[in-house]
Amino acid sequence: MATVDLKDAKKVYSSGVEAVKGVSIAIPDKELCVLVGPSGCGKSTLLRMIAGLETISSGTVAIDGKIVNAVGPAERDIAMVFQNYALYPHMKVYDNMAYGLRNRGTPKDEIDSRVRSTAKVLELSALLDRRPRELSGGQRQRVAMGRAIVRNPKVFLFDEPLSNLDAKLRGQMRVEIKNLQRTLGVTSIYVTHDQLEAMTLADILVVMNAGLVEQIGAPLDIYEAPASTFVASFIGAPPMNLLALTGGLSGPTLADGTAIGFAPADTKAATLGFRPEDADVTFNAKAPSGALVLPATVEAVEPVGAESFLHCAAGGVRIVMRVAGRAAARPGDQLRVVARAEKLHWFDKTGKRVG
Amino acid sequence: MTPRVIFPNKILPYLLVAPQLAITLVFFYWPAGQALYQSMLRQDPFGLKSRFVWFANFRKVLVDPAYLNSIKVTVVFSLATAIVAMGVALLLAVMAEKVVRGKGIYRTLMIWPYAVAPAIAGMLGLFLFNPSIGSLSYLLRRFGIAWDPLLNGTHAMILLVAAAAWKQISYNFLFFIAGLQAVPKTLIEAAAMDGASETKRFWTIVFPLLAPTTFFLLVVNTVYALFDTFGIVHAVTGGGPGKTTETLVYKVYNDGFVNLILGDSAAQSVILMIIVIALTAIQFRYVERRVHYG
Repeated sequence: MATVDLKDAKKVYSSGVEAVKGVSIAIPDKELCVLVGPSGCGKSTLLRMIAGLETISSGTVAIDGKIVNAVGPAERDIAMVFQNYALYPHMKVYDNMAYGLRNRGTPKDEIDSRVRSTAKVLELSALLDRRPRELSGGQRQRVAMGRAIVRNPKVFLFDEPLSNLDAKLRGQMRVEIKNLQRTLGVTSIYVTHDQLEAMTLADILVVMNAGLVEQIGAPLDIYEAPASTFVASFIGAPPMNLLALTGGLSGPTLADGTAIGFAPADTKAATLGFRPEDADVTFNAKAPSGALVLPATVEAVEPVGAESFLHCAAGGVRIVMRVAGRAAARPGDQLRVVARAEKLHWFDKTGKRVG
Repeated sequence: MTPRVIFPNKILPYLLVAPQLAITLVFFYWPAGQALYQSMLRQDPFGLKSRFVWFANFRKVLVDPAYLNSIKVTVVFSLATAIVAMGVALLLAVMAEKVVRGKGIYRTLMIWPYAVAPAIAGMLGLFLFNPSIGSLSYLLRRFGIAWDPLLNGTHAMILLVAAAAWKQISYNFLFFIAGLQAVPKTLIEAAAMDGASETKRFWTIVFPLLAPTTFFLLVVNTVYALFDTFGIVHAVTGGGPGKTTETLVYKVYNDGFVNLILGDSAAQSVILMIIVIALTAIQFRYVERRVHYG
C-alpha cells in the first residue's frame, strides 16, 4: 500500500556523533526490507528515523511518495513492533490492541470487530482479557504484532522483534511473520543483527556497517556476490573464509608463503575468499589444475547432524569447511582444501569486491 | 528465595537486636503505655490526686464539639496539603523531565526546600503572608484581595496549607522523578505511534504507571500533614483565629500542655495512635501489592 524512499538520510546527534552517514534505500510496495548489521551500525537509528522517533538531520524520508521529515510519528500511519514489545502493562490484551484505534476515533463496534478478527488470526482470542504480565514471551510477541496489524497501517516497522525469544520459538515466529507480511501485503522494514533471520525474511536485504550501507540486494545475490569483505564475513554462517594475499616474485602468495598458483581475477586483488561449502576436502595428494589447493591441518570438528564443520589451519589463518554428514577427519589430520577458481571471490585493499 | 542465615549461638541473635529493642521500648512502648494509662485517669485541678475513670475521657473527647471541629479541620488541612503538594510536585517533575539542558541543576534546586525545618518553613510563610509586612500579602491586596489570615479562618487555612505543602513538594518531586524515569521510554514511543497526543499519553500511560508512587506518596503526605506539621501550625497560626486551624496534633498539645487537661490530651493521643496504625496498615497492604508492574 506504500513505498518507502530514503534519500541520503543522515543522523547526527548533538554530541557530534554521526549514527547514520547518508543512506539511500528505495523499498517498493508490499516488500519486506531487512536492515542487518552488527550492533552500533545505525540500523535501529535508521528505523527510528523512519518511525519519526528520531529527527532526520539531513536528507529525506518519504512514505507513499510524500516526504515525512516534519510529520510526527502518529501522522505517518505506520506501526512498530518493539524489541521489548512495549505492551502497556496496565491494560488488558484487548485494550492494548484497541488503544491505537481509540486514539484515532474509530467507532466502538468497528474497533471490537477488528480487534477480534486480528486476535483470531494470531490465535490470541482466548487471551484478550489477560494482562501482559500473565502472558509468555511468545504470546507477548503476538500481542505486539496484533497491536501493529489491527491498525492496518501503510508500513510495518520491526525492531529486532524476535531477539527476546528462545531459538525454537524464534524459528516459528520467523515463518509466521513472513507469511503474515505476505498475506497482508504491507510494506515492512525489519531490523535484526541475526544474519539467518535477515536471509530468510528479506525481499530486499540491506547490509549496514558503521552508519553506511555496504550492500543492497536480494539475499541470495548478496550471498553469492558480496560487495565487500565485511558483507562476506557478515552474511553466511559459518562466514566466508578470507585469506590475505601478498605479491610474491612468481605471483601472489598467502600469508604463510604458499603460492596460489594462478593469476587472480583482478590485478588489484588483495584478499581471496571462498564459502565453507564451496571447497572440497580431500586426502588425495594430487592437485587439480585451475584450483586453489591449500594444505590444511584439522584443529576441531563440529558435527551438527546433517553436516559437519571442520576448523582448519591453512595458509597462515583459520578457515572453516562445511562437509556433508559425518566428517571422516579427526583433529590433527593433514588434508587438502580444493576450491575451484570460479568459486573464489576477490577483494581489493579497501575490501571492495573486484573481478 | 534467599537462603536463611541461622545462628548456631542461641543468645547472640537476641543480643544483636537488643539495642534496637531497647530504643523502641524506652521511646515508644513505655510512653505509649503511659499515654494509655493517663488517658484513663482524671486529675483534680491542683494535680494532687487522680482517679481511674476507665473510658470516660474518651467518651468526653469524642462528643466534644471542639474535638469534632478539630477532626474536620484536620481532614480538610491534610487532604488539601496532600493534594496541593502532590499536584504541584507532579507538574514540576513532568516539566523537569522535559528539560534537556541542566536537568541536574533543576532537580537539585527543587530538592533543597526539603532541608528546611517545618517551623522555619512556617516562619517563611508567615513573613511572606503577614498582613502588615508580608510582601505577598502586599501583592494580593494590590489585586483587590482583602488578605487577612489573622482574622479570616479560611485565609489562615490557605496560608497553613501553602506553608505545609511548600515543604513537602521537594520530597514528592524526588519520588515522582524516580517514578517517571521508571516508565519505559518505549511505552511512550509506542503510544506516540499509536496516535496518542502528549496529554493523552500522560493520562493513559504515564499516570497509571505512576499509580504505585502516587499511592505511596498519598499515604506519606497524609501522615505528614496529620502528624508532622505541629511546627508549622505553631509558628503560623497557633491554631487560630478562633479554633479554625487547630489540628488534632495541635489540640493534643494545647489541651495537655497549655490547658493542662492531661486525661483528655492523653485520650486524644491514643486516638491519634490508632489512626497512625490504621494508615500504616493500609499503606503496607496496598503499596506492597501494587509496586510490581510489567
